Amino acid sequence: MTALLDVQKVGKRFGGLQAVRDLSFEVREGEILGLIGPNGAGKSTLFNLVNGVFIPDSGRILFAGADLTGKRPYEVARHGLARTHQIVQPLTNMTVLENCMVGACFGRENLPLGRAREVAREAVAVAGLEDRAATLALHLTIAGKKRLELARALAAQPKLLMLDEVLAGLNPTEVEHMIGVVRRIRERGITILIIEHLMQAIMSLSDRIVVLNFGQKLAEGAPAEVARDPQVIEAYLGDPKLAAELHGSG
Amino acid sequence: MLRLLRRPFFWIIALVIAVFVLSPWIGNDVELRESLLLAALYITLASNLNLMLGYAGYINFGSIVFFGLGGYICVWLVNSYQWPLIPSLLVAAVCVSALALFFGLGILRLRGAFFALSTIGIVEAVQAFAENFTPWGGSSGIYLSSSIFLPLGGPARALWVIYFLMVAVMGLSLYLSYFIKTSKFGLGLLAIGQNEDAAAILGVPTPFYKALVYSASAFLPAIAGGLYFFKSAFIQPSDAFDLSLSTEALVVAMLGGQGTVTGVALGAYLYEELRGYLLTSQTFSNFQLVIAGALLLLIVLFFPGGLMGFIYSRFPRTQKVLE
Repeated sequence: MTALLDVQKVGKRFGGLQAVRDLSFEVREGEILGLIGPNGAGKSTLFNLVNGVFIPDSGRILFAGADLTGKRPYEVARHGLARTHQIVQPLTNMTVLENCMVGACFGRENLPLGRAREVAREAVAVAGLEDRAATLALHLTIAGKKRLELARALAAQPKLLMLDEVLAGLNPTEVEHMIGVVRRIRERGITILIIEHLMQAIMSLSDRIVVLNFGQKLAEGAPAEVARDPQVIEAYLGDPKLAAELHGSG
Repeated sequence: MLRLLRRPFFWIIALVIAVFVLSPWIGNDVELRESLLLAALYITLASNLNLMLGYAGYINFGSIVFFGLGGYICVWLVNSYQWPLIPSLLVAAVCVSALALFFGLGILRLRGAFFALSTIGIVEAVQAFAENFTPWGGSSGIYLSSSIFLPLGGPARALWVIYFLMVAVMGLSLYLSYFIKTSKFGLGLLAIGQNEDAAAILGVPTPFYKALVYSASAFLPAIAGGLYFFKSAFIQPSDAFDLSLSTEALVVAMLGGQGTVTGVALGAYLYEELRGYLLTSQTFSNFQLVIAGALLLLIVLFFPGGLMGFIYSRFPRTQKVLE
């Protein structure tokens, strides 16, 4: 498998805080890569670096052969990289379908309106929002808004989809549904980079896991390997109950 | 484009233009013509302001600068270089749009209140320029001789020509608003208006789109300014860059319902009628700005969707026809 996203020695400092330090890893074509780490480990910062919200102080970000370092978010989107937000960012006064049309129009394919509407409809269906297509985004429940984030990113027809805690704040039924949606998306050949705090979910979803701590890579490997890594258990899991939970699933 | 011909709203705009053209023409009603000329001017200013305000979500307090600058360039070309009216109008509009694009790329890096303040700054700066620019007559302005109306067939006929041109500018403004709203460009602008950061992440080229709409919103008001001051045969800085007209355009857009094409046109027409009434009545003479201020407050507090918001909520089916 070749690397779709190649993060090379990336660093980012905010004032006195080194949020990400000398971080390198790659996401291979077709896989689901899980990104875990305690709060403040630099996971969301890393997403923001990859999709151009922040510009890295050092290092390079390569995507499908193109150098994305220092590119603006809308340029990154054109290259086929879409994301969801941990704190949902719906276009509140637009309908679910219109939200997704924005993704389709300005994403990788740069589609005209008519084609974008078809692609958006399909994305809405994949995310299970068909009956909400004409609803204004502000009227959705939190679970609905999470799905909208996903549908909108999907409508961009990305090569790589970055999911930032799409399961947070959902009840068990909704979590199960969402995991199903993520699996279906992967089956369509879309590579996924996912941040998640829900251990069981990410351990079962991911092909490989990268563990971050204090902005650095602590471990990398298959879910079961990572969960047994003593460094990970000590630095990140700490809590023996959580460790047990991981072993249970891995 | 042909797709638009099948939409009812396209024909509604055509009908409005026809009413504007025919109703004063049939009875040769000069008084009605003058009142409708102002209505057409308000519709033009408010519709173009709405491209920024209602679509992209940027409050432009200085939209009047396009009107004033267009007026100056046009009157200057007519007066100093004896250019005919139409080329002067077009050159004025192109210059003002180009300037807006240039300024837009700079000031549109600002957001919210900072952007709004910078637009006032631009008006002040351009006004100061006009007051000190000798070819434009400094603070005393430019007077046109009455002979400028001769190529248009004398003053009486010239006023009709100017009126029809103003109606054409109004019609183009409405079509522009409608066309942008139903285009991919419009979808991108609406996304920017809702959440600019999210829009950029979805791939909307935000800096370019914002500057482009700022520039587009300058073109037709510049022509309207050229027509208006050509008609008065006189232009001076305090008239051309009168901030209160900017504020009125904002009130009109909010009154009708920002982001809608119909609402803004309706708001402009109603506001112009109200203003005409207030100006001519004994008790309320020169009271219109107080009323405008009070209206703005009431709308913001109680009817954030404006007239159209109210109509849409009462008659949801109108949403299918009106834009």
